[in-house]
Amino acid sequence: MDIVETHSSGRDAALLPRPFQKWFAEKGWQPRAHQLELLSRSTSGENMLLIAPTGAGKTLAGFLPSLTDLTRRGKIPPGSAFTGIHTLYISPLKALAVDIERNLMKPVSEMGLEISIENRTGDTPQAKRQRQKLNPPDILLTTPEQVALLLANKEAERFFKDLKYVVLDELHSLVTSKRGHLLSLGLARIRKHAPHMRTIGLSATVSDPMDLQRWLVPQSAVEGEHPALPAGLVHVTGGAAPDITIMRTEDRIPWSGHVSTYAIPEVYEEIRRHKTTLIFVNTRFQAELLFQTLWTINEDNLPIALHHGSLDAGQRRKVEAAMAANRLRAVVATSTLDLGMDWGDVDLVVHVGAPKGASRLAQRIGRSNHRMDEPSKAILVPANRFEVMECQAALDANYLGAQDTPPVGEGALDVLAQHVLGMACAEPFDPVELYDEITSASPYANLSWEMFERIVDFVATGGYALRSYERYAKIRKTKDGRWRVSNPAVAQQYRLNLGTIVEATELNVRLVKRNAKGTVGRGGMSLGKVEEYFLEQLVQGDTFLFAGKVLRFEGIRENECLVSNAFSLDPKIPAYAGGKFPLSTYLADQVRGMLADPDRWGVLPDQVRDWLNIQRERSMLPARDELLIETFPRGKRFFMIAYCFEGRLAHQTLGMLLTRRLERAGAHPLGFVATDYSLAIWGLNDIGAMVRSGRLSLSDLFDEDMLGDDLEAWLDESYMLKRTFRNCAVISGLIERRHPGKEKTGRQVTVSTDLIYDVLRSHEPDHILLEATRRDAASGLLDLARLGDMLARIRGHITHRDLDRVSPLAVPIMLEIGKEPVPGKAHDAVLQEAADELIAEALG
Amino acid sequence: MRYAGLEDVELMHRLALARTISGGMAATGAEEIVVNGVLAVCDPLGGLYLPETGTLVVSDLHLEKGAAFARRGMMLPPYDTIATLNILSAVITRYDPKVVISLGDNFHDRKGSEHLPADLRSLITAMARGRDWIWINGNHDPDGTVDLPGTCTDELFHGGLVFRHEPSLISGKGEIAGHLHPSATVRRREKSVRRPCFASDGARLLMPAFGVLAGGLDLRHRAMHGLFDRDALVAHLLGRDRIYSVRYGNLIG
Repeated sequence: MDIVETHSSGRDAALLPRPFQKWFAEKGWQPRAHQLELLSRSTSGENMLLIAPTGAGKTLAGFLPSLTDLTRRGKIPPGSAFTGIHTLYISPLKALAVDIERNLMKPVSEMGLEISIENRTGDTPQAKRQRQKLNPPDILLTTPEQVALLLANKEAERFFKDLKYVVLDELHSLVTSKRGHLLSLGLARIRKHAPHMRTIGLSATVSDPMDLQRWLVPQSAVEGEHPALPAGLVHVTGGAAPDITIMRTEDRIPWSGHVSTYAIPEVYEEIRRHKTTLIFVNTRFQAELLFQTLWTINEDNLPIALHHGSLDAGQRRKVEAAMAANRLRAVVATSTLDLGMDWGDVDLVVHVGAPKGASRLAQRIGRSNHRMDEPSKAILVPANRFEVMECQAALDANYLGAQDTPPVGEGALDVLAQHVLGMACAEPFDPVELYDEITSASPYANLSWEMFERIVDFVATGGYALRSYERYAKIRKTKDGRWRVSNPAVAQQYRLNLGTIVEATELNVRLVKRNAKGTVGRGGMSLGKVEEYFLEQLVQGDTFLFAGKVLRFEGIRENECLVSNAFSLDPKIPAYAGGKFPLSTYLADQVRGMLADPDRWGVLPDQVRDWLNIQRERSMLPARDELLIETFPRGKRFFMIAYCFEGRLAHQTLGMLLTRRLERAGAHPLGFVATDYSLAIWGLNDIGAMVRSGRLSLSDLFDEDMLGDDLEAWLDESYMLKRTFRNCAVISGLIERRHPGKEKTGRQVTVSTDLIYDVLRSHEPDHILLEATRRDAASGLLDLARLGDMLARIRGHITHRDLDRVSPLAVPIMLEIGKEPVPGKAHDAVLQEAADELIAEALG
Repeated sequence: MRYAGLEDVELMHRLALARTISGGMAATGAEEIVVNGVLAVCDPLGGLYLPETGTLVVSDLHLEKGAAFARRGMMLPPYDTIATLNILSAVITRYDPKVVISLGDNFHDRKGSEHLPADLRSLITAMARGRDWIWINGNHDPDGTVDLPGTCTDELFHGGLVFRHEPSLISGKGEIAGHLHPSATVRRREKSVRRPCFASDGARLLMPAFGVLAGGLDLRHRAMHGLFDRDALVAHLLGRDRIYSVRYGNLIG
């Protein structure tokens, strides 16, 4: 049901035990209608989903059923038989589990309830974890990984048998990832230990609540049997409409790039005008740069802090505590603060860079002002001209309440392999029983028996057609038909490898001095961390942008990357970082719509309007469903720009496929670059002339059949699949996770997953791990579905403009060529120099 | 934009090239050099042929690497041995050598040769028929091989050269060694390509790793320091179907 937020009548409050009524009364509060509705339906046995904006008292609502039940139960007398946990709370973030403990303890102690609440995360000391197993708290606050660890234990049944409630926080963000897949399998197992357990999902607004409602209940494994009812829904709407604006600046809005340095003085002014400001950016490099720049103009010495995932955990906790105590005026943060951290009196959210998705923006804005009846206040700061339109589209969507959260996908096979091994570590499993259990988890509801058998086979011996590893099997089938682990070392290995997040290995970057002879010294300033795969392609003398400087790569010593100052403005090696999230389909469509409709340009800043007007004169602006392709010469090369607006990943895939086709057509393509908005390909031959003369047909070039043979051929030699393969290999347990700091230095002792991939592909191309890799890549890195949709949409709607020079709309992507800096850390000043010449040419 | 060119691409080429040769379509693409006065032919499949003595040298086969990992619970594909032996068979077909020297780390671990599946064992036996086969012991397999044709030894003097697994730190004159898996990166304009290579300064030669899962170590790595006269050092890189010889100083354009 939908509930427009109201306060409840006193009669409903009778659902609450006396201490609760007293506590609410003392505070002068009323329990809210949705809190009571959730309480009554949960207590009567329903699985429930609560969708509510932040500030609606979601956390308390989620815990009321278990707090009231525990209050009625009372403290367990000492000397009673072992009692397992009563309530399990699962959050995607460690910090959130810690935060909730703080927030929950307060009412519990004020009401004088005898309820024990503890958290358990990767940071919990071994002794405490051990004690928790022997003497579990009533309420355990934890993460999906810890749940998997607890379930893979021989004591799991004892620990979970008394479980009444599982509270799943930020469910919308969990379910779409591999962590969500792992958790869904864990829930299926928990239900076996505690058949009467009820789930309570807490979520922000999503596009399709039914996905989550199904996720929360067991799916029927037996054909013909009635499917389980989806979880009940309490949907809190209402709350005051947010007050969102787009920052206007006197300064010039940049043509490209991702860092809004131009607007920093204005951002600083806003910080001064507000009590506490949360500043969101999309990548940690943007966070670093923005933070540093703010401090260079922080004349009032305002307490401004930084919060992102690469910072030391201790430092992050300090920032969170200072924030909660209202000691900070501003925090620059990445998605580490996206999720329901409940703190302080934030009265302004500034979003720097485009939000990339309407729902993401809504959630981030929800950070400001936790009382839902007052409007949240937010300012969007676009980093470039396309982002101005994107911000406008997101703003419109926010008022319309449009949602673009991704759908819950099919469960990943590598996660399933990890889970199967975990279940064997817990106790020997009967394959039919385990299959029924797994298919009761909604992401795996469609898993076939054959696929399940292949996974079990993979876990046991690698699942190869050449059955040569039987004697080394990790799990074996016993006489009674159950599978058990071969030896305790297997369980040990499982615990070390558990989890679905595979961090890219990063090396510390240290600035050293080169002497006259060209040898480099030791010591020097540490500049930050860079991903190893990027460094792998560098040789000594290469220059690249990092930490706002052009650096010269000197080499790798132990686990550090040594660099020196390059004293140059022109880095040789480009890298492709950009925003972390690709543009959502919904926003892309909105931006296309805005571009096509000059009547809607009134809200845009003059500079952006002028830019679009000149584009209309020089070339054209495509209609909403039209694909505009421009060709023009520049320097000694010929360019083709396709304005697809389908996000960077889909454009990258398209770029790979189009270059193959252009190669065949004799256009001699040399390279391409992709942004969220367009794709640029350049080559030695005049693509425009080829189209004019009929030697090249654009509709053939963009035909959907590129997703057939061309895709297959490209996948065969693509390194991108190799990176996906590496993740699958780690998650599925094929190779061991690297534990930072524990690797041997010097000679490589590990084996290259790239080589494994090649050997496997040439000898067993339909191996299950290759299949898992393809599935992953199709939905992730390659964004094939989106590319396919676009190719279908634009069929018959391609418009070609053959120009004699670069067009205004092409300028942003032209500036990205060879200039996009190393992982996000743009230094727009460097870009500017290269930019000016190009802009003059386009507008002159 | 670079979207290809690391050494793993080369592996696919080697596997394909080996198939072509086994199919009878011999291409050469080999490069003749002189090491310590002895004529040597660097083959793009990764073997070194010494025509004066009819000797074929291969190094760091790392056979049964997949199985070695499987013994420790990591079920790597069991196809590395057959893939490596197929390439070896192709290079033997090409030169029909009187002597084959496998320069150490023949198997990835001590148990490798003992547990070698029978069909793979008979492949080696067939290849060794009618020739002398020398297994030089490596650090991965110091105990020699079990139940395979040929002789095991730590070191061999033969035809004016000395064959050992690890390059000597005392004198490299006339030495053919393996162990380090040399590879080199060539950079021209925006493209860089890394490939396994033969590395020689005319006095000593380091062999590329022959095994398909062996991987490589860049010539600029400090483990290579002091082994060569860098002014005379040439990297003979394994290309798609030929050897590319590049002076050390010219690797980076």
